[in-house]
Amino acid sequence: MPEQSLTADVSLAVKKWQKKRGALVMVLHEIQDRHGYVPRSVALELAQQMRVPLARIYEVLTFYNYFVLEPPAKFVIAGCMGTACYLKGTPQVLDEFSRQLGIQLGETTPDGLFCLHTVRCVGCCGLAPVIMINGKAHSKVTPRDVANIIAKCKETEGGKDGAH
Amino acid sequence: MARIEKEDLEAIAQLKKTSDKNWIRVGMSTCGLAAGSQAVYDALVSGVQERGLDIEVRKTGCVGLCSAEPLVEINVDGVPKTMYGHVNADSAEVLLDSHVMLKRVVKRLAVPEADQITTCVDSLKPPSGTDEFKQYKIVTRNCGVVDPDILEDYIGTGGYKGLRRCLCELKPEQVIDEIKKSGLRGRGGAGYPTGLKWELTRQAHGEDKYVICNGDEGDPGAYMDRSVLEGDPFSVIEGLTIAGYAIGAEQGFFYIRAEYPLAVTRIESAIRQAKQAGLLGKNILESDFTFNLEVRLGAGAFVCGEETALIASIEGKRGTPKPRPPYPSVQGLWNCPTCINNVETLSNVPPILSYGSKWFRNIGLGESTGTKVFALTGKIRKPGLVEIPMGTTLRDIIFGIGGGPLPGKTIKAVQTGGPSGGLIPVEHFDTPVTYEHLQIVGSMMGSGGMIALDEDDSIVDIVRFYLGFCVEESCGKCAPCRIGGTQMLQILERLSTGKGQPTDLEYLDRISRTMKSASLCGLGQSTPNTVLSSLRYFRNEYEEALDRARAAI
Repeated sequence: MPEQSLTADVSLAVKKWQKKRGALVMVLHEIQDRHGYVPRSVALELAQQMRVPLARIYEVLTFYNYFVLEPPAKFVIAGCMGTACYLKGTPQVLDEFSRQLGIQLGETTPDGLFCLHTVRCVGCCGLAPVIMINGKAHSKVTPRDVANIIAKCKETEGGKDGAH
Repeated sequence: MARIEKEDLEAIAQLKKTSDKNWIRVGMSTCGLAAGSQAVYDALVSGVQERGLDIEVRKTGCVGLCSAEPLVEINVDGVPKTMYGHVNADSAEVLLDSHVMLKRVVKRLAVPEADQITTCVDSLKPPSGTDEFKQYKIVTRNCGVVDPDILEDYIGTGGYKGLRRCLCELKPEQVIDEIKKSGLRGRGGAGYPTGLKWELTRQAHGEDKYVICNGDEGDPGAYMDRSVLEGDPFSVIEGLTIAGYAIGAEQGFFYIRAEYPLAVTRIESAIRQAKQAGLLGKNILESDFTFNLEVRLGAGAFVCGEETALIASIEGKRGTPKPRPPYPSVQGLWNCPTCINNVETLSNVPPILSYGSKWFRNIGLGESTGTKVFALTGKIRKPGLVEIPMGTTLRDIIFGIGGGPLPGKTIKAVQTGGPSGGLIPVEHFDTPVTYEHLQIVGSMMGSGGMIALDEDDSIVDIVRFYLGFCVEESCGKCAPCRIGGTQMLQILERLSTGKGQPTDLEYLDRISRTMKSASLCGLGQSTPNTVLSSLRYFRNEYEEALDRARAAI
């Protein structure tokens, strides 16, 4: 990101929250919402603008599971690991994703298209197992659905490329 | 929206009642949306338009019959009100043609379980006698009934009557007294008397005081709070406003998991509307009472459900717990007296104030009054969100409401209380659900996860799963939790891969006891619960694992 827009971007988030006490977590949420992750450059800029040590920002960033420090893939596949989903087969579905995409949990495919994660309970236990793809819940997924889901993601991506 | 004053509440409720003739409700919570309710809603809206029908299509929250999503409920003059399940865009059209136009119920899509639900708005008495396993809804009374984005809908079902009574008729001390008399206890799991908590915070010295709604529902396998926040946000807001009045706080916070984006959006929208209507802000309902609300997001840390960790998180820090005392009621958020209540607890408050503590006390069993919401999941036929009067037995919940085991299977245990709870074997299924009874059998009420296990589920594996969760979520501040959890997880991993050692079970027992007595906060103290209860009831499965290890040598 060019430096000028980075500064402006960060100050927008800081401005919104600066008058509130305990703003740091909310500012980080704001930034992650916009970028999908919290880049190191942003953390540095944030330290300056909020006048807090960088260590304190990283202390908070790394404590919470929700914050991501690396850019996410185009399609973030996250298997729900709530108890109901676990019992009803999320691990098997994730194994199948892992096999077909050739990546382990927490990894991203070399083309940057897919990454594979687990997520804490998304609260759709009646529809277990649930797989989230870019935040959208897919219910009652079985290992047999995996090829289809991957193909559909690739299709939308291909469609996007065609439009450009 | 115009400001709503005392007199307006009644008028709005009346208007809602008279205009409430023909409607179609579509369940559009996270679970409904995941099952495809948006397409159903769109099909209904365009279908109504094409046919030129005079019927309103409404969005509502989740009624709890999750296994039958997407759900559509139709009320038309001259036909019995009917709940339909597994509706898709095509069958939505069938419903319009048959139910709405020909006034004929479509039997094959109807969900009969919907008739077994009574809410406190329908009747002040829970069903009794032969109807033992029927549901009675206080907390989720409006879920699936009102449009969560419309304030007038909430007022239409008796909303804000409780707050009006507080502000016009009762002193803060009398509100606290009413809650104390009702016997309401914290629904987050520990069961601390809510009235007492309010009183302690009111009595504590401090210029500023705060009330916080704990919506950091971290138990994997539970979604009661999400459902209430999404389906009936105003009820929680009213509850928190009443808490603010009782305690003497002018500022309240919602702390909600970031993993629940729809709940956050709905609460934010509800706060905006309540502000515009003057139900938040200065001089609420013509009184001197001022109260404001803000939302703060969690960020994926289970330990932040613990009070002192939650406070640290709102202060913008790492969510690590602090030793208590001092309790938050004396020294909480920014060192001010703070009262933290769970979503479900707060949603009980408005009905208690509008129907009276006596009414509430009569529901339930012994010292556990009122109802409890459970996320009933696992190996049963009809998973969903259920609300039952306290004292209902586990058997009635699992075999009655939950429909019993999957075809050809046998249920062997139920896990309640999530990672902090325990396993209860089928022999104890006649245990009534109360704080005390569940503790006697080695589990706990917890926040409301209830997961049925059948013969395909290995107990050792389930315990490993929960321990894995607790170890990852341990904040690392105190040694018993940080080290003990990891040690136990290693043993469980050994056992479940057939490499167990003869001394393992004794070690599990010893580490569990140390963690229970020496950990700093509730997370570490309760992590061993699942281990201990499984050793108590399913020792045979551990021994089988050990036998397998011996055979392998």
